[in-house]
Amino acid sequence: MKIAIASGKGGTGKTSVAVNLALSLRDSVQILDCDADEPNVHTLLPLTQDQIQPVFTMVPEFDETKCTRSKNCSAFCPTHAIFVSDQGITFFPEICIGCGGCILSCPSQAIQEGQRQLGVLHQGMTAPGIEVVYGELDVGEPFVVPVIKAVKDQAKNSEGTVVLVDCPPGVSCPMVESVHGVDYCLLVTEPTPFGLHDLRLAVDTVRQLNIPIGVIVNRAGIGDQQVFTYCASEDIPILLEIPHSREIAELFSEGIPFTQRMPDWQSKFRELFQVIQEGIRK
Amino acid sequence: MNTKICVTAQGPTLEAPVDDRFGRCANFIFVDSDTLEFEAIPNPGAMASGGAGIQAAQFIVDHKAKIVLTGHVGPNAYNALNAGGVEVYTGTSGTVRNAINQFQSSQLTKTSSPTAPAHTGTGRGRGRGRGGGRGRW
Repeated sequence: MKIAIASGKGGTGKTSVAVNLALSLRDSVQILDCDADEPNVHTLLPLTQDQIQPVFTMVPEFDETKCTRSKNCSAFCPTHAIFVSDQGITFFPEICIGCGGCILSCPSQAIQEGQRQLGVLHQGMTAPGIEVVYGELDVGEPFVVPVIKAVKDQAKNSEGTVVLVDCPPGVSCPMVESVHGVDYCLLVTEPTPFGLHDLRLAVDTVRQLNIPIGVIVNRAGIGDQQVFTYCASEDIPILLEIPHSREIAELFSEGIPFTQRMPDWQSKFRELFQVIQEGIRK
Repeated sequence: MNTKICVTAQGPTLEAPVDDRFGRCANFIFVDSDTLEFEAIPNPGAMASGGAGIQAAQFIVDHKAKIVLTGHVGPNAYNALNAGGVEVYTGTSGTVRNAINQFQSSQLTKTSSPTAPAHTGTGRGRGRGRGGGRGRW
């Protein structure tokens, strides 16, 4: 079973929810940290052994001796990463999206598939029963999606494993790639006008992917009632409210997931999981 | 021998002001250095989501121009033009005709490096910004 933890707005508590849910279930759990621009699950759940492997993206490799200067590749390239003149070919790898269209468009088979490293994948056990996988995009690389794909490729498909996908904030390609293919999406928000604004965007996005949605209100007690009114009018269940609490914030600032010191919350997260399972069956 | 000069311009005539932007200029004016006969072509990449400078450089070499007169040129565009054997002169001002005069009287210096950072000409087109506003302090 795969559950995404997403939000429109950043800093609403996605990672906190993912980590505390994992620690409350504690058995056959895998967390995929898809925020490869800024992974942070491992700061709360350090890996006991870290297996690192490179992540590559496809880039074209040109054979100038075969090039007939048709310029088909340059004309096709959707990001204009290829420049062709009588003097030769100039390729701009950092803006290539690896679509491979240049290879197909070449009339003289002068282009082959090569690869370029974009980042790395970390994988390992943390607390007993919990595996963490996270990606790290190299500094200066503009396209994070291939790294997110590499993280998601590690998802365990076995029946008994709960896969928690900690998503990047926003509602653009990285978030869509992370949420795609999950069975359920938890949207974490805070009960403020800003929180509501970005929650609406996230709801619109996840609904287009036909994934059932439940909302978690974090820092409940601040802001206003608009998030609750909105969820009621859209028939979106609010599954959990986590209060705006100094104790939780202090624990977080020390890198301690709050369920570890407030054990009552573990049963609340387990109840949350039951409700999600029912939501998937519906 | 006649040389084809390309000037980036805000309008389609020799009296139009030079467009400071290279990749996202409104028009390319291809001018014959001897006769001043010209052809004005709207820049097909003016609204490109990315890679506008490289696309413009490709357009210019495809039209066989050997000289570019513009305001600023970014790193990707400069590298492409340089690879294509096109000389770049920046810092032009006034009209297209004025820029040609400045070039022909050797008042412009050839650029040997980019004169602007990437994406300068995108103006308000901030659609490129990925995941802005993460709200994490």
